[in-house]
Amino acid sequence: MTKGRVVGINGNMVTVEVAGDVTMNEVAYVSCAGKKLKSEVIRIRGRLAEMQVFEMSRGIGVGDEVEFTAELLSVRLGPGLLAQVYDGLQNPLPELAAQCGFFLERGVYLSPLDEKKEWPFTPTAGPGDTVSAGDALGTVPEGIFSHRIMVPFQFREPLRVERIVPAGSYRILDTIAELSDEKGNRFPVTMTFTWPVKRPVTCYRERLRPVEPLVTQIRIIDTFIPVARGGTYCIPGPFGAGKTVLQQVTSRNADVDIVIIAACGERAGEVVETLREFPKLADPRTGRTLMERTVIICNTSSMPVAAREASVYTAITLAEYYRQMGLHILLLADSTSRWAQALREMSGRLEEIPGEEAFPAYLESVIAGFYERAGLVRLRDRSSGSITIGGTVSPAGGNFDEPVTQSTLKVVGAFHGLSRERSDARKYPAIHPLESWSKYPGLIHAPGTEYARDILFRGNEVGQMMKVVGEEGTALEDYELYLKSEFIDSVYLQQDSYDPVDAAVPTERQRHVFRLLFKVLASRFDFGSKEMARFFFNQLRQKFLDYNGSPWQGDDFRRYEDEIRSFLETKRSGEDEEGGRILKELGSDTAGDPS
Amino acid sequence: MKKIYSRIEAIAGNVITVHAGGVRNGELAVVSSAGQSSLAEVIRLREEKVSLQVFAGSRGISTGDRVRFLGHPMRVSFSADLLGRIFDGGGKPRDNGPELDENMIEIGGPAVNPAQRIIPRNMIRTNIPMIDLFNSLVESQKLPVFSVSGEPYNPLLARIALQAEVDLIILGGMGLKHDDYLFFKETLEKGGALNRTVFFVHTASDPIVECLLVPDIALAVAEGFALQGRKVLVLLSDMTNFADALKEIAITMEQVPSNRGYPGDLYSQLAARYEKAVDFSGAGSITILGVTTMPGDDVTHPVPDNTGYITEGQYYLKNGRIEPFGSLSRLKQLVNKDTRADHRALMDSMITLYAAYKESLEKKAMGFKMTDWDRKLLKYGVIFEREMMDLSVNIPLETALDNGWRILASCFSPEETRLRSELLRKYWPSREGESD
Ligand SMILES: Nc1ncnc2c1ncn2[C@@H]1O[C@H](COP(=O)(O)OP(=O)(O)OP(=O)(O)O)[C@@H](O)[C@H]1O
Ligand SMILES: [Mg+2]
Repeated sequence: MTKGRVVGINGNMVTVEVAGDVTMNEVAYVSCAGKKLKSEVIRIRGRLAEMQVFEMSRGIGVGDEVEFTAELLSVRLGPGLLAQVYDGLQNPLPELAAQCGFFLERGVYLSPLDEKKEWPFTPTAGPGDTVSAGDALGTVPEGIFSHRIMVPFQFREPLRVERIVPAGSYRILDTIAELSDEKGNRFPVTMTFTWPVKRPVTCYRERLRPVEPLVTQIRIIDTFIPVARGGTYCIPGPFGAGKTVLQQVTSRNADVDIVIIAACGERAGEVVETLREFPKLADPRTGRTLMERTVIICNTSSMPVAAREASVYTAITLAEYYRQMGLHILLLADSTSRWAQALREMSGRLEEIPGEEAFPAYLESVIAGFYERAGLVRLRDRSSGSITIGGTVSPAGGNFDEPVTQSTLKVVGAFHGLSRERSDARKYPAIHPLESWSKYPGLIHAPGTEYARDILFRGNEVGQMMKVVGEEGTALEDYELYLKSEFIDSVYLQQDSYDPVDAAVPTERQRHVFRLLFKVLASRFDFGSKEMARFFFNQLRQKFLDYNGSPWQGDDFRRYEDEIRSFLETKRSGEDEEGGRILKELGSDTAGDPS
Repeated sequence: MKKIYSRIEAIAGNVITVHAGGVRNGELAVVSSAGQSSLAEVIRLREEKVSLQVFAGSRGISTGDRVRFLGHPMRVSFSADLLGRIFDGGGKPRDNGPELDENMIEIGGPAVNPAQRIIPRNMIRTNIPMIDLFNSLVESQKLPVFSVSGEPYNPLLARIALQAEVDLIILGGMGLKHDDYLFFKETLEKGGALNRTVFFVHTASDPIVECLLVPDIALAVAEGFALQGRKVLVLLSDMTNFADALKEIAITMEQVPSNRGYPGDLYSQLAARYEKAVDFSGAGSITILGVTTMPGDDVTHPVPDNTGYITEGQYYLKNGRIEPFGSLSRLKQLVNKDTRADHRALMDSMITLYAAYKESLEKKAMGFKMTDWDRKLLKYGVIFEREMMDLSVNIPLETALDNGWRILASCFSPEETRLRSELLRKYWPSREGESD
């Protein structure tokens, strides 16, 4: 085992003189006041290794002993990860609290998985089978999932199953199989293994293009700026614009198997809400609690900065592990800017040549490398799994023209930009409908959304114009366009996250409601005056909002829909030609539409 | 006793460098010359080369001064004896009282385990309608007052401190004007709160490094009391001075600045302090009310900007009033559901109408035709500003809610408020012109 001694300390960076070999990203422990503090090698220069310490560095002195482990920074994989709350280094926080009390004590590292728990194992491979890294040897039930016990990802060559245990109860450290390679080396395998967090897991057959929508049940997203399973998206926005709330609702309602929340350098209080509420909230699709499909990686803003840098990698590695079981994972990282800032702090201590706003020159490639780990893959058994990544960005001054936002926009497939103007006006979710974009297909027939977007765009132009020339100087026709665009905004783009019904709108309902909205948009009206037009749309809006708040296909829902339809007829004088054609097309892809 | 070093090799800014062995990161030392002595803290080590930040500043320090290492990091005495006392940023008495050295506790301790936190649930009443009604303050919240300099933010802080039902008040002053310091002292004294207050005050004329210590000392003491079950309110004025002190040290240490000269870790530094706000399950709590002055009234300036990303909302003080726009309490929904049935709806309705008033005002300024509706709004806006926004209004939440209904009724018909019929039936004032 290589050893060394501390020769310099600067913030959380420690310089160590090493006697022996060291590896980049190797984990080492610095002895300080009877504690061993976890650290990672981040630069090697001759006999000097520079390490970031994952703990407060107070009290470390020159001459303190350092032990190198010859292992890269890794996480432990195996059954029992779900419903856990870990810090950035996979230390289980509730267990830590049970041991240390209110405060995070440094130098205490607990096993991430329960080593005593017994799991009912059912073998799926048999002696003589040939298996490769990531192939299933058997399964254990973990909550609602069948958790595959896999050949550890490290093996590069195909292996032969020599022996496998019969079905029964085993603990994660029990040997459940013995594998051998061509040379006859034998490898005992348990239900758990470790994997270095900064190395992507690639034990799949091929990567596929993400095309299937990931339904978030948020109308503006699913209809106008969709996310795809296996895709990536980002949410930049100034403080208080609603990034975290948006991710919180997504974490509840998104149509995926598992949600991994990486609370990266943000407020502890926000994680606490999730932590306390998820165990009580039922997942409508499974009837079990939301916590059972969630993992929380929590390295909040006052926790050590180096561990914050590691936390997003811990999160993505857990996601890759579950994807390998043919599951669909959503990784939500809040906020990737804090992670980038952790990189910046360390780069500064390493005295690297700074780029824009003092971020390191390699920022862009690091961000790209992270989002690149998302993806839809076909596994060797032909099943598929996906990781979707959604990251918030917290740009300085709310100005998107800064390195983290710009680097992120280059690599993601969808951009949900939050606007200060909309959040100030309490128009939630405050996603800017015209500036945001997505490269993925949505839930709704594309010409329909294009038509609606066009109205939003032109109506917005009229609105701008009206600020200058006033209502008097605006033609009735333009004014109608403006009212239509406002109508889309208030009844469709805006959504009340705190309303029990409106908070989550499933696919079927979204298609149905969009069709009704579209009918309004494609209509020609006979208003006579602007007052009349405004009065009409105000009334219609009120009815539509009540409609949005009524349970799907209930009595109220049907009643409001009838009211909307007949109220529409009172002023409707015809139909726009293109709109009418699209409306027919929309009808055909809306199965079960009563009209 | 530890070895004494008498050879200072370099002095730059407030940082000195000495050659010494066996020194630990964050350790304290005493730097003394003939007439004076100051504490200093180890901030960097490179072999035998030790860099220290001198609390009293480097002015007057000579290369021949003596440096004695104390073998422990910065600490503060913690006991009930602190109450009613006034200290400087370095923890030395400012009030002619005795120096305290019992039960020394370290400052800048570790973070609270997130798994040990609970969801905040108690409202702190301030009798200021713009707070209680529109952006309720919650126990364990961290909330700054964003202000242009010259606004009455210190009187606002003092008033909230006196009005709030907390057990203890800890005032951390950073770059405080001497007059403001005296103002706090007199106000709390007059309000009978001095004996449950501890002051840690760095004034504008004190050495800059001591400014850096104030939040940590104040919060370490607050944490001590909170763990004993007390509800503690910490006032930090002005955190922009704290950030500027960080900037100065960073530049001395030749760190690459990230934004307008501020160090890249400004966010983490501020967060480490604000995140001390907590509600301990089974013990007390820490609520932090800070002041962040905004240079040039610019919210995108790095200090308010980073602060906004950390805190749970902000009160935006402008022209002597708390502005409804720009102000936000992110925790208000945790408490305003349990106050009175009309609280949330009335709050939303009044703000929406006030926003509409602003639009009408703008239209009027542009010379557009005023409709009946515009005229109603213009009347409403004036009354709203006088009865809700004016800081001299000092009434309990319930009275503020009643006033709210009265204001609405004096300007609008019920359906124009967009409030639900059920609430209107219960709360809409009757025609007879009664005034409660
Ligand atoms: N969808 C929503 N519905 C209602 N209120 C919302 C919504 N989104 C945000 N808000 C309000 O805005 C506040 C701030 O939202 P949030 O915490 O999500 O902002 P943020 O963008 O994450 O800010 P920061 O960058 O500082 O973390 C919330 O506390 C809530 O009061
Ligand atoms: Mg947030």
